Amino acid sequence: MPTNTFLGVFAKSPLKPLEDHIKVVNKCSQGLLPFFNSVFAGDWEKAALFQKEISNLEKQADTLKRDLRISLPRGIFMPIQRQDVLELLTQQDKIANKAKDISGRVLGRHMDIPVVMRESFMAYLERCLDATKQAKRVINELDDLLETGFRGREVRLVEDMIVDLDKIEDDTDVMQVAVRRELLDLESQLNPVDVMFLYSIIEWVGELADISERVGSRLELMLAN
Amino acid sequence: MDILQTYGFTLIVVAALVGFLMAWGIGANDVANAMGTSVGSKALTIKQAILIAMVFEFAGAYLAGGEVTSTIRKGILDSSYFIESPELLVYGMISALLAAGIWLGFASYLGWPVSTTHSIVGALVGFAAVGVSSDAVAWSAVGGIVGSWVITPAISGFIAFLIFQSAQKLIFDTDKPFDNAKRYVPFYMGLAGFVMSLVTIKKGLKHVGLHIEPADGYYIAIAIAILVGLIGKYAISRVHYDAKADKRTHFANVEKIFAILMIVTACCMAFAHGSNDVANAIGPLAAVVSIINSDGEISSKAGLVWWILPLGGLGIVAGLALFGHRVIATIGNGITHLTPSRGFAAELAAACTVVLASGTGLPISTTQTLVGAVLGVGMARGIAAINLGVVRNIVVSWVVTLPAGAGLSILFFFVLKGIFAP
Repeated sequence: MPTNTFLGVFAKSPLKPLEDHIKVVNKCSQGLLPFFNSVFAGDWEKAALFQKEISNLEKQADTLKRDLRISLPRGIFMPIQRQDVLELLTQQDKIANKAKDISGRVLGRHMDIPVVMRESFMAYLERCLDATKQAKRVINELDDLLETGFRGREVRLVEDMIVDLDKIEDDTDVMQVAVRRELLDLESQLNPVDVMFLYSIIEWVGELADISERVGSRLELMLAN
Repeated sequence: MDILQTYGFTLIVVAALVGFLMAWGIGANDVANAMGTSVGSKALTIKQAILIAMVFEFAGAYLAGGEVTSTIRKGILDSSYFIESPELLVYGMISALLAAGIWLGFASYLGWPVSTTHSIVGALVGFAAVGVSSDAVAWSAVGGIVGSWVITPAISGFIAFLIFQSAQKLIFDTDKPFDNAKRYVPFYMGLAGFVMSLVTIKKGLKHVGLHIEPADGYYIAIAIAILVGLIGKYAISRVHYDAKADKRTHFANVEKIFAILMIVTACCMAFAHGSNDVANAIGPLAAVVSIINSDGEISSKAGLVWWILPLGGLGIVAGLALFGHRVIATIGNGITHLTPSRGFAAELAAACTVVLASGTGLPISTTQTLVGAVLGVGMARGIAAINLGVVRNIVVSWVVTLPAGAGLSILFFFVLKGIFAP
């Protein structure tokens, strides 16, 4: 007997898939830590394995992204704007893409990061990944936001979390400047082409935090409506 | 006259059978609507839902089901047109029941969420307008039904909006949602108990033979409300507090409390559904029986024969017990992000609306009120996603049901007339 029921009225919720998506995205970008550790150890075989894992998670995120996009036809009425949900999703997905790009290029060129830079580079990377983690935390609040009808106390709480996210991003900007300076001092001893690519890797890592911040600000905009 | 005397008993048996069929159909699939949100939000298991539905559907049908019956019997058709040939009304009622029952089964088979109320109304209008005279239909009453497509969802949506907002203000948007939930949820339970008992006392109990003074009715309803609230308070105090679940907001714990509330609203919903929809099956049946028993006299005041209400109630319960679980089971995983607190606002509002409408005698559809209530909670930004495409389909099915029921009943009417004609 097919369902003869008004319950079809409840459409598939976009919130749970959004949370699932950023969970995968975060896991994907956190994979950069073990990846760079093996790069520093010069173990390229292991690095290739970690890269593969990052790449797989990125694909998984893509699938989730596609499913959510398909499950949101125009006739769905949501407490948040449809356009905002899709935009948020696109931003989240960019984090995974970036993580994949970084690992792919480092592996492809067998890029080595000068020993003196490593400590500050790792600290910088970790801080950027903190931003991603914070973005995940913020997105996880969507559940509770729904519970409170997207207003009141819970909104202020999420806004505070977004402020924290902004702070983390500020930190990474400062650290990026420092890492670049170190590289500048080493420039003369390194292969110029490697230096070029190192600069762009540093920039990309910074973008992880930038995009994470953008996830937060998209959510902030949604709440402002 | 001869026909009714000769075939009187046969006609009553036939009417009882199709009436039971209709009640069976109502129980088998309409109840999924009433209980679906409780199962969907995981406040109740399917078995518990069916058990609650059986008890409260029957109670609703038996205790408060009498009022709507008279509307369907007398409000839509003008009985003066049948005084000359009462057998036409008997055929008509039987064919209306059969038409509505079949349409209900057909639509359920295709998965359309049609309204049982509207199928029977459409069927009544159909045979009367074509088989007798278009003047025999009180078209203003039909107009009222068309109006109810807009008004009922609007009312129940509004109530749902208010209930959801109040829960937000009192519980969720506070520093201590868990403590506040413990404090305020019993009042919601009391409200549910109050509405239920008030309607039972004011509208239903006289069919059972009890007469209670209006003022006493309020006192009793308040007493029952307080009792329900106290029982609820006790049940809530036994909720296990899980300190590990999200330390900051405790929403997971709050939902546990709402799950208890959900059980109360599920009872309320089943009761409201029983009180409202049983009339669809037994109204025409009661008409048939009273005409035949009075030798063709269509009296303005016909009391229900004692076995009719239980028959309708049993039909609903039987349909529910044997087929209801299949319908409810398909719901279990279909709904995402329907938590007890959101389901509760929708259900309590829908139940209040149905119970109130049942009190005024307006034949409304349970699906209508639920759809309205869900939209109301959605407007309050309480439900993650509502599929407006499905809402549109449901509204279309409300409109289609009237002519479909009418067409079928016209067909059966002429068949019956052919069979029994001298």
